[in-house]
Amino acid sequence: MSDYHFVVERSGIHTTFQDSGYEHLQHLGITTGGVVDNNLFKIANKLLENDLDETIIEFAYQGPRLRLEKGKVQVVITGDVHFMVSKKSEDFSEKLGKTFKIYQLNEGDIIDLLSTKSSVYGYFGVAGGFSIDKYNNSGSTLVRSAIGPNDGKCIQENQIIKFNLESIKKNLKQLSYFSNHQDNIIKVLEGPQINVFSSETIKNFFERNFKISNNTDRMGIRLEGNEILSKNSSNIPSEGIVKGSIQVPGDGNPIVLMADHPTIGGYPKIATVILNDISKLAHLSAGKEIRFQKVSLETAEKLYDENKKYLDKIFQLIKTI
Amino acid sequence: MIKNINQISEQAFLLDFGDEIAKEINQNVINIFYYIYEQIQKDNFLDLRNCVPSYNKLLIQFNPVKKNKNEVFDFINAIDVATIGSRTSHKEIEIPVCYDEEFALDLHDVSMKTNIDEDMIIKSHLSTNFFVYMIGFMPGLPFMGDLQSNINVSRLITPRVRVPSRSVGVVEKFCVIYPNESPGGWNIIGRTPIRLFFKNKKNPSLFNPGSNVKFRLISKKEFFKLERDI
Repeated sequence: MSDYHFVVERSGIHTTFQDSGYEHLQHLGITTGGVVDNNLFKIANKLLENDLDETIIEFAYQGPRLRLEKGKVQVVITGDVHFMVSKKSEDFSEKLGKTFKIYQLNEGDIIDLLSTKSSVYGYFGVAGGFSIDKYNNSGSTLVRSAIGPNDGKCIQENQIIKFNLESIKKNLKQLSYFSNHQDNIIKVLEGPQINVFSSETIKNFFERNFKISNNTDRMGIRLEGNEILSKNSSNIPSEGIVKGSIQVPGDGNPIVLMADHPTIGGYPKIATVILNDISKLAHLSAGKEIRFQKVSLETAEKLYDENKKYLDKIFQLIKTI
Repeated sequence: MIKNINQISEQAFLLDFGDEIAKEINQNVINIFYYIYEQIQKDNFLDLRNCVPSYNKLLIQFNPVKKNKNEVFDFINAIDVATIGSRTSHKEIEIPVCYDEEFALDLHDVSMKTNIDEDMIIKSHLSTNFFVYMIGFMPGLPFMGDLQSNINVSRLITPRVRVPSRSVGVVEKFCVIYPNESPGGWNIIGRTPIRLFFKNKKNPSLFNPGSNVKFRLISKKEFFKLERDI
């Protein structure tokens, strides 16, 4: 293992290592995990010229403050993030950083990911990747299960974060255009238990707004302000869960299950957020209002394919600074 | 057998085996689960990502990038339930359990609610040959059935914020063991000193879907001795 590392001067909020997540373990109670925003994850690795699935650091609302204690490395921040770079060679004068742009950091330099602006999740990656202990080929931390890198824990203040190689490069990359236009319409498919709900309830589900509650994290987004009641019993025999499922517990406040979703669940599921809209929903902060719109499976699949093409187009826009 | 194959998202099929929760139905789910899981281990030619059995459903998650959902569907549809054979394990996993009041946080209440003596509850729990319907909720947590008795209690009205690690709980005809401390609403009737989940083993879970389980009574003294040894 390398000795190149950062020191964490402030941990940030729910700062974890993530990649594309786990496979073939859900039948043992281990969820899939992985980055919330797949596009920001892939763009970061593309800019860094890493393998597109290289593990990066994800945070919510506020990222870490990191001091490069040993080594030289290129880094990138993707997302809607306000951050500062302080270089030792410039007497640590703080400079506002630009996202989607590679920075060369040298020993002693500090990068401070102060906050996201109008979104929730941000990403920090390094060229060559972090030096971590993977679990079952994944670099995703499942905090609730204490599984994955960093002993299954969030990144803590005063710990060190190791990276694999020292890198110095002249031709640094930048993505000059990345529009993340957001609205509050979230597209969904009909859920497997939509018939548990009355047509009146289903109508309300699609016609009235929901508010994103404070009680929201990588496991689930809890919604309030539009009570959804099922016809009779509020439970079904537990069954396997996929990301995006909207389950409705007995209190009528739906929960959209996200990357760290439970592996099985016994609440009826009224709808499923389409894969293409999961990160859009995840970036809406607590208090914001959303509305659900029903689409067909064909539309969902088409939008999924279009996003893949969009990502390829974005990759073409990456230029050398 | 398989009543329905529903595509529930861009990345998953949900196989429906009926509405009932019965061991016979679950055995079919588990047979097909192992058939698919073994195929994945051998050659994951369809690039499947997860296969998750539950009481009467089987969730199959595929990779939407591959655009091969028709092949996945054909593969599932071609499975001949009659010829794949039963994956019943004949090995029985024995779980030592202590019902001392220090551990059996709800045994008294279960007895009051059901009007069955605590001793009788323990006796029937010990005499039941349990079958693991599925694993879930947290890594390595088995959902087992069927309790052979009239013990039929519902979930706690107010779930516990912290159920101690390795607690044994019952609800209706089902029984679980919490591998780690967790919030939970099951009625706790005992605790085992042994570990259920080994993160770094090739198969990290002591229990698998379809495992057979029997409980063995131990004293508090044995509990602490076993706990120390493990």
